[in-house]
Amino acid sequence: MRGLGKYLLWVYSGMALVFLLIPVVYTIVFSFNDARRTNIIWRGFTFDNWLNVCDAQDVCPSFMNSIVVAGVSTVLATAMGTAIAIALVRYRFKFRQATTLLLFLPMATPEVVLGAGLAAQFLQLGVNKGLGTIIIAHTMFCISFVVVTVRARVAVLDPALEEAGRDLYGSPNQVFWRVTFPLLVPGITAAALLSFALSFDDFIITNFNAGAAVTFPRFVYTAAARGIPAEANVIAAGVFFVAIALVLITQISGAIKRKRLAATS
Amino acid sequence: MAFGAFGGAAPAADQQQVAQRKSPIALWLLLPGLLYLILFFVTPLFSLVITSFQEPVPGGFLGEYQNAFNPSNYVEVVGTYLPHILRSFVYASMATVFALLLGYPVAYVIGVKLRPYPLVQALALVILIAPFFISFLLRTIAWKQIFADEGVVVGLLKSMQIIPADAYLTGTPFSVVFGLTYMFLPFMALPIYTTLEKLDLRYVEAGSDLYASPFTVFRTVTFPLSLPGVVSGTLLTFIPATGDYINASRDFLGSTDTAMMGNVIEANFLVLQNFPAAAALSLILMMSILVLVSAYVKRSGTDDLL
Repeated sequence: MRGLGKYLLWVYSGMALVFLLIPVVYTIVFSFNDARRTNIIWRGFTFDNWLNVCDAQDVCPSFMNSIVVAGVSTVLATAMGTAIAIALVRYRFKFRQATTLLLFLPMATPEVVLGAGLAAQFLQLGVNKGLGTIIIAHTMFCISFVVVTVRARVAVLDPALEEAGRDLYGSPNQVFWRVTFPLLVPGITAAALLSFALSFDDFIITNFNAGAAVTFPRFVYTAAARGIPAEANVIAAGVFFVAIALVLITQISGAIKRKRLAATS
Repeated sequence: MAFGAFGGAAPAADQQQVAQRKSPIALWLLLPGLLYLILFFVTPLFSLVITSFQEPVPGGFLGEYQNAFNPSNYVEVVGTYLPHILRSFVYASMATVFALLLGYPVAYVIGVKLRPYPLVQALALVILIAPFFISFLLRTIAWKQIFADEGVVVGLLKSMQIIPADAYLTGTPFSVVFGLTYMFLPFMALPIYTTLEKLDLRYVEAGSDLYASPFTVFRTVTFPLSLPGVVSGTLLTFIPATGDYINASRDFLGSTDTAMMGNVIEANFLVLQNFPAAAALSLILMMSILVLVSAYVKRSGTDDLL
């Protein structure tokens, strides 16, 4: 009976992982479909969609828009979020409770509310919606996630390392840029990647604040009513392969670094 | 601390800090980000409040409203959209329960059972986060096509006579809850994994040394120790699921009969240009979630997390 239970747990979990992968595989496979007009039924294997991605109307411009939006929002959110994370761990200040609440609430608020709120504000101020307002919105919801990610890294930082820097007569500036910052780079990189992914894939907040600007998710959403071209699957699959490669590279380089550190110590 | 409920990984990080200094630098580090959040997160909430009380400009065009104090907007939206409000919370709760039932065992296997095999563990973890890297709209479309009337699943179920010949799956509450469960499963499993990964197995051993059955050990040792992860996971699933309008949209897995609050907020804001109704609904959604979440966090005994 106990053996059977153990076996069941493995099968059940394996099936859950397969369940997670089904739509991922489906999307990638259908990027190779010889779709012609609708990409619903499998009509045979082809590389055409991959070779002529930009042939489908609006796919490439919307993709470029998404890259620009995600790039700018990531830089802004990572800069502001990292600063907050350092302040939270390293300094004592008044209004700490209020600060953590202010950082927590955007994550606990459904995206529709964030999106509708900003849109209502832009409406009242008479701001024209476009790529700029999308960037404003994305930066806003990315900040909290950057803080959470970087803060975990600052918290495990050994203060003795910075002390050593100060003992060796490093100025506060030197200590920060030569010691603290390099140690934080992995955390900041992780936070930036997370921001980029969140921004790139965001639809709900974007839809409320986009005006006529079309990002890749917005393109997919509008196309869903009349049928999504296979070229959209190509873009999604391409992004997926790049992201997976990045994850593998960071994992492997991390492992190599750990090995080297172990060898020198 | 506020982040505990969401961070999972680093609760109480601040308290254990060695030397927290007081310095004017702190202000300069905090100021840009906090100012940004005040401008683009806090004041928009006030904009929502103002908008929710507005009334149409007499004789104005569609979408023209003026400031007023019109609380009847709230009565009106609750009257019109009560089914959508209830549906949102029912669907989101169901999806949260299903995601927990699926996600906990997966997190347990990866975080505890796979410890002796680091390579397999890393691979399983990559599978768990893989869905994040591919457009969630396209993944939802994938389910729509798999569940389509002429698709594999419906055909198979019909040939096995599990469902009648005229039955369909897309556009039903089933497909919407299914889609929500799928979409938020990684959000449920990951925080549970981070707590289970750090679980000290000596506690579990101590339990079985004291002749507790595996189930008792799980119920009294493993599960309580993983509770912070469970709370984070359920919040990360329930909150976005309640406001979601992709799965319930009729272009995806839903139909007009499955429309949730997100759908009516979107329709009122972007299509009907009934901004006050959209604002009132948004605030009702946010307030109900805050009330439910704080009650839940209190009850689960992880009070210090929020």
